[in-house]
Amino acid sequence: MDQNTATVTEPSAGFGGMQARSTATLNATSRISVRGLDFFYGDNRALKGINFEIPDRQVTGMIGPSGCGKSTLLRVLNRMDSLYPGQRAEGEVMMDGENIIAPETDLNALRAKVGMVFQKPTPFPMTIYDNIAFGVKLHEKLSKAEMDQRVEWALTRAALWGEVKDRLNTSAMGLSGGQQQRLCIARTIAVRPEVILFDEPTSALDPISTLKIEELIDELKRDFTIAIVTHNMQQAARCADQVAFFYLGELIEVAPAAQLFTAPREKRTQEYITGRFG
Amino acid sequence: MHATTFTPAASPKKDLATAAALARRRKLADMVVRWFCLLATALGLFFLASILLTLLWRGLGALDWTVLTKEFQPTTYGDPDAPKGGLAQAIIGSLIQTTIGTAIGTPIGLLVGTYLAEYARNSPLGHAVRFVSDVLLSAPSILIGLFIYQLVVLPMGGFSGIAGAMALAIIVIPVVVRTTEDMLQLLPNTLREAVIGLGAPKWKMILLVCYPAALSGIVTGVLLAVARIAGETAPLLLTSFGNSVMSTDLGKAMASLPIAIYQQANSGFPDLIAIAWAGALLVTASVLALNIVARYVLRQRR
Repeated sequence: MDQNTATVTEPSAGFGGMQARSTATLNATSRISVRGLDFFYGDNRALKGINFEIPDRQVTGMIGPSGCGKSTLLRVLNRMDSLYPGQRAEGEVMMDGENIIAPETDLNALRAKVGMVFQKPTPFPMTIYDNIAFGVKLHEKLSKAEMDQRVEWALTRAALWGEVKDRLNTSAMGLSGGQQQRLCIARTIAVRPEVILFDEPTSALDPISTLKIEELIDELKRDFTIAIVTHNMQQAARCADQVAFFYLGELIEVAPAAQLFTAPREKRTQEYITGRFG
Repeated sequence: MHATTFTPAASPKKDLATAAALARRRKLADMVVRWFCLLATALGLFFLASILLTLLWRGLGALDWTVLTKEFQPTTYGDPDAPKGGLAQAIIGSLIQTTIGTAIGTPIGLLVGTYLAEYARNSPLGHAVRFVSDVLLSAPSILIGLFIYQLVVLPMGGFSGIAGAMALAIIVIPVVVRTTEDMLQLLPNTLREAVIGLGAPKWKMILLVCYPAALSGIVTGVLLAVARIAGETAPLLLTSFGNSVMSTDLGKAMASLPIAIYQQANSGFPDLIAIAWAGALLVTASVLALNIVARYVLRQRR
């Protein structure tokens, strides 16, 4: 908490509606605290001593040029690195009083709390209904009626229910790219996580689908803590409450979105957001 | 030539002439290569067609209800009253041994392929297993017969259907290993991450998502393996040996189509040779049918 407020500078005055968001960032409690995090791909150090707070029920945007470590950090938050031998994280990532990168962490329980939506839509080779029910069944025993309710709830939250309610029992592979991505969001929501990580969720989608996903993210942050990695700075400006800029494995600056994009403190941030590099 | 082509100082006229000559030469080379390719293809097709036509001609000529339903009989010496024989014992024997061989080999191959693709992709043990499996894939099948002969036939004191089935199972394993591994490798890692990201344990990921996603490819591999063992002769010579009477006893020598073909074609009697052709047609047609089904299933996937 203290670290969080320390890294966030004063909200810029006179930025209209955005100011409310800036102030909110200052007052929010931290949901995940990253302290002194190093990350290694083999011998290659991809993250260097990251200190970072993810505020509760807000959208945290993570930007930076390719290879800056933003996706790496996001993936540590639900321990995707554990799938790949040779990748390792050192330091502390605290959530609910536990260091989630400690070896004794129950990864499946962690992933029930911290869901992730990936760059490319990845529907499972099963029906739309089963795609949603799949994750729920991993963690809960529900009756058929309860499961029906949960599926409808998740699809509704993901703004997909109206489009698929008449074909829940058809294959999810038949959906369009944008629908598939909303299905993946619904699948993640259905598990009822507390945190949802988005790894460039719209980079494979057309503008209309992108808009829908962005609206969805805005709507979801009332109930979920959200972190989103994006290459699209407009997207970060539109969606995020606080934005973190990464460069060469370091966290250069984190600030309320309005401020980071209008009055960044760091020269490198300014150069990046004005298109001088990256 | 390079100098004239690339030096700006050379006269444009000379360049044009060189370019035209080059183009002519390339056209000629292109034509020659194309004709060689066509010729080679035609040659290959000619032999394939003549084999298939001979097989159809002689096989269809001999194929009748008796061949499918009667057991082996010695030659009739052209006597129309003598009982005519067939391949029923060989068809049944082949079905039994192929089925059991597939039933034993498929699960083992599936698990090894899964191990290679999902658990040991880059481990030294994985590389070693993959290498051994590839060696087994191309091992002469008589060697596998000899292996089972030592391992099963000698201790059991005689040829047996189960020994034949085991030899066939060993042939099935590397085929299924290869296709299973390849098909699982084709699945994007993002799919695996999506399953794991929901909090699923790895075995559920493999069983509930990866297998269904790779199903048609895996099934294709199994069908190809079945097609392969249905026509195997060498490993059966040393294991189930063949039988001229109907036997479904796995502990005794058992007939099979390839061996029946081998024995009857070798007999020198025209009536038995005709039956061998009918048997060859049966094997070819069923293998071809399996291949077509396999390819169709695979195409559905893509």
